[in-house]
Amino acid sequence: MSVVTLKIDDIECTGKVGQTILEVAKENNVQIPVLCDLKGLTPVAACRLCLVEVEGLPKLVPACATKIQEGMVVKTNTEKLKNYKRMIVELLFSEGNHICASCVVNGHCELQDLGYMVGMDHVRFDYLWQSFKIDSSHPKFVMDQSKCVKCTRCIRVCDEVEGAHVWDLRGRGINVRVSTGFDEPWGQNKDCTQCGKCVQVCPVGALFDKNATSSEMIKDRSFLQRILEGREAKIWVR
Amino acid sequence: MGKVRIGTVWLGGCSGCHMSFLDLDERLIELSQVAEFMSSPITDWKLHTPIKEYQDYPEVDITLVEGAVVNTDNVEVLKIVRERSKILIAFGDCAITGNVPAYRNLFKVEDVLNSVYIEKATHNQHVPSDRVVVPRLLGKVVPISHVVKVDYFLTGCPPSADSIWYTIKCLLENKQPEFSRENYRYG
Ligand code: SF4
Ligand code: SF4
Ligand code: FES
Repeated sequence: MSVVTLKIDDIECTGKVGQTILEVAKENNVQIPVLCDLKGLTPVAACRLCLVEVEGLPKLVPACATKIQEGMVVKTNTEKLKNYKRMIVELLFSEGNHICASCVVNGHCELQDLGYMVGMDHVRFDYLWQSFKIDSSHPKFVMDQSKCVKCTRCIRVCDEVEGAHVWDLRGRGINVRVSTGFDEPWGQNKDCTQCGKCVQVCPVGALFDKNATSSEMIKDRSFLQRILEGREAKIWVR
Repeated sequence: MGKVRIGTVWLGGCSGCHMSFLDLDERLIELSQVAEFMSSPITDWKLHTPIKEYQDYPEVDITLVEGAVVNTDNVEVLKIVRERSKILIAFGDCAITGNVPAYRNLFKVEDVLNSVYIEKATHNQHVPSDRVVVPRLLGKVVPISHVVKVDYFLTGCPPSADSIWYTIKCLLENKQPEFSRENYRYG
């Protein structure tokens, strides 16, 4: 197996061919913020929180979807990157209606985690206060669009792991929404197996258990780990 | 050196932040050794017609402002208080983000007023128009930092007593409070 050597934040690292910058950074205890990335799902590089600088490249690249190369020099925490990342998190907060105090995942939320990570003590942008739909037609779960950060984890897990492909994106720009086919109520969707995988991978309080109230819900992703281990041991193949 | 002069103000919030301030418990005694409370809704400074009384808001070193900016009075009070405070702290999530009071931003003001004062009222159904008694609502609830310059943000709904203590201690010791998960929380 060929080995690649590279530098991440002045740390000499080695990785295997095919690994991403994010994976190697993690192995070397360099923390890069992520939101859309989730081990076990195909990377889509949607959120841009993992952007890094690579010497010699004119553009910033997403660490979650960029493969390592021999001799790469990567910077993950420059002033420019810090500034962009704080802006991204602030824009996410200003775009949805994230009222933490009344949210089911308050205290166990990946968007909050990111806020602490980038030092967001307040949002400098105007809050948009768009009106969003809440779909509570499903017998077990609720979808609150006002908290959705469009990471597409739910879409990917339902398609790639459960094989049901209930969700997809519709609309453009600021009007993008996660939607069932023909936007029919989730509870009427015939493909949904009620497995709850989308609910568990959702990083925020957009998808949640019907009986959960404020600050109550902690997502459980252990099923993904089991599936990954199964794949690695070739018990399950895709 | 004389005592540090502290004031607190209550705009569009539930008073939970002030209650959390009282949760400083025995630390309040320590605080009273070095600080003096100049004006606060939890001292016996009663206000009935807010704007007139706030004209007398004293010059202070630190003001903690609880609550979002929801009406025309809030705007005027906030401006006065900013002028008279060396350091102004946004105290709690309502002051910082709009938080729960800002839920009404999803509706038109007229619809909110109609719903509260007419549709759901059982007596005397009319929308109050005398602005001395009931200040006019703003079109949108906004964070205080959208109206005046804010020096520090003390997050939480309400902020924990520990966060409050940490922030005040830092300022008393001339240190910059550091925003991190250890010192603050959202929600
Ligand atoms: S519960 Fe399972 S099948 Fe239904 S939408 Fe979510 S992931 Fe797909
Ligand atoms: S519902 Fe949750 S998992 Fe799906 S895109 Fe929105 S934030 Fe991501
Ligand atoms: S984690 Fe890489 S773009 Fe979202």
